[in-house]
Amino acid sequence: MSEPGTGGAASALTLDGDELDAAVRAALRTGETRPARPGAAAMCLIFCQRALFKIRRDPQQVFDAVLFPVMVTLVFTFLFGGAIAGSTDRYLQFLLPGVVVLTVVMISMNTGVALNVAVSTGIDDRFRSMPIWRPAMLVGELLSDVVRYLMASVVAVLLGLLLGYRPHGGLLGVLAALAMVQVFAFSLAWVWTALGLVVDKPQTIMTLSGIGVFPLLFASNIFVATHSMPGWLQALININPVTRTVTAVRGLMAGDVTGWHIFTAFLADAVLIAVFGPLTVYLYNRER
Amino acid sequence: MAPASDLAIETSGLVKTFGETRAVDGVDLAVRPGTVQGFLGPNGAGKTTTIRVLATLLHPDSGTARVCGHDVVREAATVRSKVSLTGQFASVDEDLSGSDNLFVLARLLGYRPAQARDRSAELLTAFGLEEQADVLVKNFSGGLRRRLDVAASLVVRPDVLFLDEPTTGLDPVSRSRVWAVVRAIVDTGTTVVLTTQYLEEADRLADRIAVIDRGRIIADGTSDELKASVGANALRVRLRDPEQRETAVRVLERELGPDGELTARASRGRSPGGESAQETAGTAEQAGETAGSPGGDPAALTIRVTDGGDGKGVERATRALAELTREGVALADFTFERPSLDEVFLALTGHHAETRGKAGKKGHAAGSQGGRDGQDGS
Repeated sequence: MSEPGTGGAASALTLDGDELDAAVRAALRTGETRPARPGAAAMCLIFCQRALFKIRRDPQQVFDAVLFPVMVTLVFTFLFGGAIAGSTDRYLQFLLPGVVVLTVVMISMNTGVALNVAVSTGIDDRFRSMPIWRPAMLVGELLSDVVRYLMASVVAVLLGLLLGYRPHGGLLGVLAALAMVQVFAFSLAWVWTALGLVVDKPQTIMTLSGIGVFPLLFASNIFVATHSMPGWLQALININPVTRTVTAVRGLMAGDVTGWHIFTAFLADAVLIAVFGPLTVYLYNRER
Repeated sequence: MAPASDLAIETSGLVKTFGETRAVDGVDLAVRPGTVQGFLGPNGAGKTTTIRVLATLLHPDSGTARVCGHDVVREAATVRSKVSLTGQFASVDEDLSGSDNLFVLARLLGYRPAQARDRSAELLTAFGLEEQADVLVKNFSGGLRRRLDVAASLVVRPDVLFLDEPTTGLDPVSRSRVWAVVRAIVDTGTTVVLTTQYLEEADRLADRIAVIDRGRIIADGTSDELKASVGANALRVRLRDPEQRETAVRVLERELGPDGELTARASRGRSPGGESAQETAGTAEQAGETAGSPGGDPAALTIRVTDGGDGKGVERATRALAELTREGVALADFTFERPSLDEVFLALTGHHAETRGKAGKKGHAAGSQGGRDGQDGS
């Protein structure tokens, strides 16, 4: 077939010199080879790595993530601890596992904001027009957040130890508790990602999730034990995923966890992912 | 089912609506492999929407679109493995460095980590971006960002490359570099679909140009065909002495008028709108008409100069100016103007390109119909 019209741009080509031209042509030739496409899991990890590149470039976000648990621990322990539990030390033993969960809940809200920003830029168009497993971007972003959850929750635990928190579950119990917290945060983040895909501005997500997150945190057993509350409220609090997680984490750290606590905590995680995972993917795949 | 054709892109009756707006309103396209198809039109004409449908980002409401013989809806995954998209707004990651951007794309396309680093470095060098390897994209200039954006589409050479306004907002040097790159890409066999608001860009790069307005293709052809349908360049002269007007008209008509393909028309100063509309609708009957519209500037003359398909318009105009001097006509000023996008639009649609956003829907419906019908045969 003839290739019409190739003469028209001659002046543009000479303007740039042959050197650039030759380099571009050589690079295009290398691009002729198409390696085998990675699998879905590998793609998720590549997107995770991409998100971690950004954290490396902007360490500020990590600092923000770490500041919050420090504040909450200090304020609640020393301001309210004595009044609630009789002594600040006794309250710290109760509160600290809850603070770890609280911390990751607060950080997980950022995931929705980040996703909202990510899908509103041109890079998302590029990804969606590439032969990529569609949810990989979402999963990768969520996985990278686990790094931030982990840092913040480790800081919370270390601070607790410094202030006199003593986990009777030992190192193993603490590690298991931290693992449980990461799984919970990963599961909860799907709620915010779904939200991040339906609202138009990042600020709106902050407002909406802020409104949603406080009942979730206060109608739980993070700050106080539930036995002094009315029965209907106890029932409500008991099905709160935050409560399920805090109970299991508290048990793991204290060394008196039961199988039922662990099972219900994971069940809550599974429900969150089962509902909001597909919803998020649907919202992401829909035309935008 | 229609048999797979050897066209790179084939659409038939493509329609995409957003609420009440018909962003794409019955687009038929046939793009041959290894060519550049230009989409020329103002903002909001439907260029980007068409490209987004072809790149599988939007589903058409009706009609069909095939890329490399594959349906963009039913075989979206296959289409995605054959195309690359460089969007109108930077489709690279602002918060990553130049090198990390390309690395991530190379990894996603199947390169192993070490290979991906090599590929990233190779592309950065080829596109003159070595120094930006470790700079965050948000600190790039517009030209560098565009180059990285194009490079990002070439990690694996696509069969079809979509470039959505690749040079909007670029300085002339950056623009010509992007043009050179596009040429190199086409030479390797990739089909390029490019949208632009610049007639010159479409002229330089595109084998065929589709002029698109309000979701419809109102003209489709080679650059020369399009120009011929639009009319011509304009030579505007201003005389030192209005008394010499008749001599000037005679000389200009002699030099630019009688060879058939030229239309000489002298009139009062600057009213390009009405003229060019008449020009395309009208014919050679107007040639030879000595104007001097009542109330016009008696010292100003405008003469249409067609390129005649050989790009010789400037030479003819130069000759005519020399003849004016030889005959003793003193000029105060002269300008030579190429048809602008606005004139293309005016000629083809009867309304200005710039007023696209502001003009009420009602005004348009009546205004554009004549022009559009008139151009259907071109």
